[in-house]
Amino acid sequence: MDYVRSDSASNGIVPKNGAPKGRITSAKIVVAGGFGAGKTTFVGAVSEIDPLRTEALMTSAAVGVDRTEAVPGKFATTVAMDFGRLTLAEDLVLYVFGTPGQHRFWFMWDDLVCGAVAAIVLVDTRRLADSFASIDFFESRGLPFLIAINQFQDTRQHGPEQVREALKIPAAVEVVTCDARSPESTKQTLIAAAEHALAEHHAPRSRKA
Amino acid sequence: MTEGRRREGGRHAASLARPYAWTAGRTRPTVDLAVEALVETTAEGRTAPFSPTNPLAVVTQFCLHQRSVAEVGAHLGVPLGVARVLIGDLLIAGQVSIRDTLTADASWDERNDLLERVLSGLRAL
Repeated sequence: MDYVRSDSASNGIVPKNGAPKGRITSAKIVVAGGFGAGKTTFVGAVSEIDPLRTEALMTSAAVGVDRTEAVPGKFATTVAMDFGRLTLAEDLVLYVFGTPGQHRFWFMWDDLVCGAVAAIVLVDTRRLADSFASIDFFESRGLPFLIAINQFQDTRQHGPEQVREALKIPAAVEVVTCDARSPESTKQTLIAAAEHALAEHHAPRSRKA
Repeated sequence: MTEGRRREGGRHAASLARPYAWTAGRTRPTVDLAVEALVETTAEGRTAPFSPTNPLAVVTQFCLHQRSVAEVGAHLGVPLGVARVLIGDLLIAGQVSIRDTLTADASWDERNDLLERVLSGLRAL
């Protein structure tokens, strides 16, 4: 079997066989956040199917460097990513990906963020600092995101303005509250994220990714 | 170390190595595939004479209905990179087709259209 090989093949950027451009039939929204912020719960609540888990391979020696010989090495490890699916129309499926927020997982993010329509940073107010990395990442990539404070049942309920101040979030970024366990609340959060992304898209100062 | 324990260690190593054996060690797909891209088996893929143990047969069977690249990875229980290599091979052989996704170089209109469709779909749920 012959394989298409070109200079750009080495970085994985090859158009799909020059196939004619058709209607887009799937989209994704990325949910990031620190450990334990409720990403898996969020994905599970909003998904129409049992959330699925896929893995990306990471080697401690060379994160982001894809070397065949490094793959079976004893330092190879996999990073799990939960995702769910929502059928929005006959010709449109939305995937919601929950991804770990720490810097060391950023190698997965470029992959995920490319082509995402919107992003959500899920925040646990008990561990505010855990969300800094996610916020930095989306800001640096110019992907519109909103902050969703996950209101856990037994935690002190911090208001959006307190969180905005603590995280030094610019006024343009929306801060909402949600219950990651609730299908309705998580759906409303996705709507808010998409509305925010659309508004940003129409803003004259629209940032480029 | 006893023979049994050695085998135990070997099995663990193999669990990571095996998926890449399916791809003959290749970790880079020949085409760029978004994780949310929908994959569907073509007529050619449905009649391809794969051995039933061939992972490509598992993919073509699974993608008789449209499934995303990420779902293929989850179904096979392999890292995303492996799923991409396998799907890339099937695509080049004409045995699956891939539907379009939003690309990094999408036009303003393309992104706008998709955002509006996502939003109206979410509101209608």
